[in-house]
Amino acid sequence: MLAKRIIPCLDVKNGQTVKGTNFVDLRQAGDPVELGRAYSLMGADELVFLDITASHEGRKTFTEMVTRVAAAINIPFTVGGGINELGDVDRMLNAGADKVSINSAAIRRPELINEISSRFGAQVCVCAIDAKCTEEGWHCYLNGGRIDTGKDLFEWAREAADRGAGEILFTSMNHDGVKTGYANEALARLAEELTIPVIASGGAGAKEHFRDAFLIGKADAALAASVFHFGEIGIPELKQYLKEEGINIRL
Amino acid sequence: MEVAIVKYNAGNLFSVVHALNRLGINPVITDDIEQLSKADRILFPGQGHAATTMAYLRQHQLDKVICNLKQPVLGICVGQQLMCRHSEEGDVDCLGIFDVDVKRFQPVCHEDKVPHMGWNQLKDLKSPLFSNLNEDSFVYFVHSYYVPTCEWTTATTDYIHPFSAALHRDNFFATQFHPEKSGKVGEQIIQNFLEISI
Repeated sequence: MLAKRIIPCLDVKNGQTVKGTNFVDLRQAGDPVELGRAYSLMGADELVFLDITASHEGRKTFTEMVTRVAAAINIPFTVGGGINELGDVDRMLNAGADKVSINSAAIRRPELINEISSRFGAQVCVCAIDAKCTEEGWHCYLNGGRIDTGKDLFEWAREAADRGAGEILFTSMNHDGVKTGYANEALARLAEELTIPVIASGGAGAKEHFRDAFLIGKADAALAASVFHFGEIGIPELKQYLKEEGINIRL
Repeated sequence: MEVAIVKYNAGNLFSVVHALNRLGINPVITDDIEQLSKADRILFPGQGHAATTMAYLRQHQLDKVICNLKQPVLGICVGQQLMCRHSEEGDVDCLGIFDVDVKRFQPVCHEDKVPHMGWNQLKDLKSPLFSNLNEDSFVYFVHSYYVPTCEWTTATTDYIHPFSAALHRDNFFATQFHPEKSGKVGEQIIQNFLEISI
C-alpha cells in the first residue's frame, strides 16, 4: 500500500536555512544540505527546499545548493521559490531536483502548468496554493498572503489538476503558524474533488494534527517546518505514532 | 570496478551517478559500444516516454548493443519498461528481453491516482538483488505504466493490483522503482547489484 508521506520544508535564504534548529548534533545547523541529510536519515519521505531570496545572486547560490543536495541525499526532493518559467524548471531539474513547486507564477500565467507537465511530466509539477478562508469562501493569495487574487481555492486546484499539475500543495493561511492543526475540512474537499495527490501544509503543532490531516483531511502527505526544525516533534516518534494509529507509514 | 550508464535521451541520469558516487563508484555515462561492452556493470536508468526513448535507442543502434550485453545490467523505471516486449506508452515495440507487455494503470476507484507516486512496499522477494532486505521494504516509485507479474518477476508491489516491481532473466535485472531515491533500502539494492555474480 502506498505510504502517507511526511515532508519537512526548509526555507533557504542566501544558501542558509532561515528558521533555527535544535539539532545539537549537526556541525552546521544552518546548512540546508546537512539539515536535509539529517532529515532523510531520520525517516523523512521527501524534502521541500524553498528559496526565499529575492536577489539574482541569491538564485545562483540556491542552484548551487540544489546541486549539493542532489549529491548528498537519497530521497526525492522538491524545490520552490522563484520558479517563473520553463528555463527555471530546467535549471532546477538539471541541478538534480525531482520536482518543482510553482505558486504565484502559475496564478499569473496558468499555461506554465501545461508547459511544465508536457515537457517534463506531470510528476515534476507541484502546484502550491496559499489560501485563506474569508467570508466569501476560500480565496487564493499571492506574495505571501498580501494580495487576494479573488480566485476560489477549489476552482483553481481543479484547473491546475486539469492543466497537468502532478500534486497540489495547499497551505491554509488561517492555520499556518498557529499550530492548532491543518485545515482538514478544506483538505478533505480537495481530496474528494481531485484525482491528484494533495499535500497538507500549515498548522502542525502536535502529532495528532498529522493523524487528523491523513484520516479526516484525507491528505496524501503532510508538510511542516517549525515543529521539525525546533525539535518539537521528532520524525521517528511521529512516524511510529502514526503507524500505531493505523496509518500506512514507511518506517 | 568499471560501471557504465547508458547515455540516451532519458532524463535524470544524474541521480544514478550521485547514488553510485555515494557508494564510492565513479561511473561513466556513455553510448560508446566498446566502452559499454567492457564495463563490469551497466545501468540503464531513465525517466521519459517509451516511444521517444525507444526511437532514440534504435536510431543509435543501442537496442542491439543492450540486448547483446553479457555482464550484469540493471534497468530502472523506464529502463525496465524498455526491456520488455511492447509498451502501451506510444504503442511501441521495445527490446524484448522480457517477454511481457507494459500496460497503463487503469484506476478502479477515486483513490487510485495515476501516476503511482511515492513509497510502496516490495513483496515476494526472490533475487540476489534483494539480499539483506526484508519483505515489505519501502521503495520509491513514480510511474503511470507497469509490467504485469510474469515468470521473470522477482518482486511485486500492490497498487490497484499487484505488478512487477522487479524482473530478472540471465544477466538482466530491472526495477520499476528508483533505488537511487529509495533511501537506505535503495542503496543496499544498488550495492547488491554491484556485488552480484551470474
